[in-house]
Amino acid sequence: MITLSGLTKTFDRTIHAVKDVDLHIDEGEVVVIVGPSGSGKSTILRCINLLEIPTAGTVLVDGFELTDTSTDIDHVRAEVGMVFQQFNLFPHLTVMENITLAQRKVRGRSRAEAEEMAMRQLTRVGIPEKADSYPRQLSGGQQQRVAIARSLAMEPRVMLFDEPTSALDPEMVKEVLDVMLELAAEGMTMVVVSHEMGFARAAADRLVFIDEGEIIEAGPPEEIFTNPAHERTRAFFDKILY
Amino acid sequence: MTQDQGAETDQKSRPRNGSKRVTDERPWWDTFPWWSAIIAAILLWMAWQIATSEDYELAWDRISPGLRLTVTATLQAFAIALVVGLAAGMGQLSRNVVARNISRTYVEFIRGIPILPLIFTVALIVVPETTEMLNSRLNAWFGWEFKLSFQMRATVTLALIYGAYMAEIFRGGIQSIPPGQSEAGRSLGLTRRQTMNSVILPQAMRAIIPPLGNDFIAILKDTSLLSVLGVLEITQRGRQFSASTFKFREGYFVVSFIYLILTLSLSLLLGLLEKRMTRDRQGER
Repeated sequence: MITLSGLTKTFDRTIHAVKDVDLHIDEGEVVVIVGPSGSGKSTILRCINLLEIPTAGTVLVDGFELTDTSTDIDHVRAEVGMVFQQFNLFPHLTVMENITLAQRKVRGRSRAEAEEMAMRQLTRVGIPEKADSYPRQLSGGQQQRVAIARSLAMEPRVMLFDEPTSALDPEMVKEVLDVMLELAAEGMTMVVVSHEMGFARAAADRLVFIDEGEIIEAGPPEEIFTNPAHERTRAFFDKILY
Repeated sequence: MTQDQGAETDQKSRPRNGSKRVTDERPWWDTFPWWSAIIAAILLWMAWQIATSEDYELAWDRISPGLRLTVTATLQAFAIALVVGLAAGMGQLSRNVVARNISRTYVEFIRGIPILPLIFTVALIVVPETTEMLNSRLNAWFGWEFKLSFQMRATVTLALIYGAYMAEIFRGGIQSIPPGQSEAGRSLGLTRRQTMNSVILPQAMRAIIPPLGNDFIAILKDTSLLSVLGVLEITQRGRQFSASTFKFREGYFVVSFIYLILTLSLSLLLGLLEKRMTRDRQGER
């Protein structure tokens, strides 16, 4: 589904955020990327829908080579949902309008179709009653769930999550993770950058540990938690797992 | 210190009334907007003068017909400046190297020249020479001539100047929207243009409206510069009245009165608009 090969991202010619990363993700797979802050995990994720343009390497999504300039990026992006740390809901639009905007403009759905889809996704994330609210009237957890619904309404083939719970108050983390768990159970292809090890343990097929822009190791979460092959991985989990 | 010592010697003694720091409440005369009362009083006094004195009334009768021209020029200049400003503001943010540099050149060039010499340059040199060039062709091909009145020349100059100021306002407004907004739009598959039109610009408008309103008022005042080209707006009428009657006090008094009424009521409206907009924003992330 997603193949990164030789992915390299350098900022300002000197900051090597991602170095020669190879990663293949199968359809239906749930991959959690972890690593210290500044290790390049978000950059890798953002390269998958080209929010970050790679310095070198290729990005293949669903058979399209995004790094090829002849590929229609907008077309591929519609198939790749993205959930941000800061939610990035459109503050001037209601929840309903947030969810229907791209459906109508990109998918060409009628208002009725788009609204029906929006209600279906809002019900799925558990807040159908908030359709007419503005983002500012919602809690962080609710906003993030709307953001997920907004992505899902496009019926993407892949969902990317960039630290989806890091900006949330502790009591709201679970409501978002529950939605993500359900999504994983339904077989969605997911790439998640997160420090939620509980989620990784419960839902991830594979855990990828990244440090200084390189994949240090990857494998089933339980294996990496209990028996990391590398000293850096061990040192990292020693710090974050209780 | 002395109070602390006092408190030590007598545990039950409380701070004296005058030294309490427990409330935000300020007396009404401290918060009352005296300035607005003063201005209202001045305006009332001016209006009374005009209504009761024959000389002032004469000045009013001679000058106020220029009001229509002042207002027309303001609206025209503002409308053109809006279009030019939006284009130049977005041009500066464009990925196209030509658009970016043309916009930047325009903005920097115009902003570096004072309005008055620019009006003379455009009205007396740029417009005549370009129309002459155009007309030699138009005349030969269509037997038609293109003419721009002094009023329009000055208005267009004003518009070009304020277009450059507004370009900066638009650019700033667009840049004030967090990059996450356009990232969210783009990752939903919206094109660059769709993201700009549906996500960025509607939000940027909120940041843009107050400074645009200020520019509207500034344009209104700067239409007085049209007088240097002999355009009969209120300042020019004031000059003519004063020069022909030697009633300078009455002439400029009436001119100032008219401008004050216009600008103050505009800024009052703007204030209300801003208040409404900030109320909408309360609690927004």
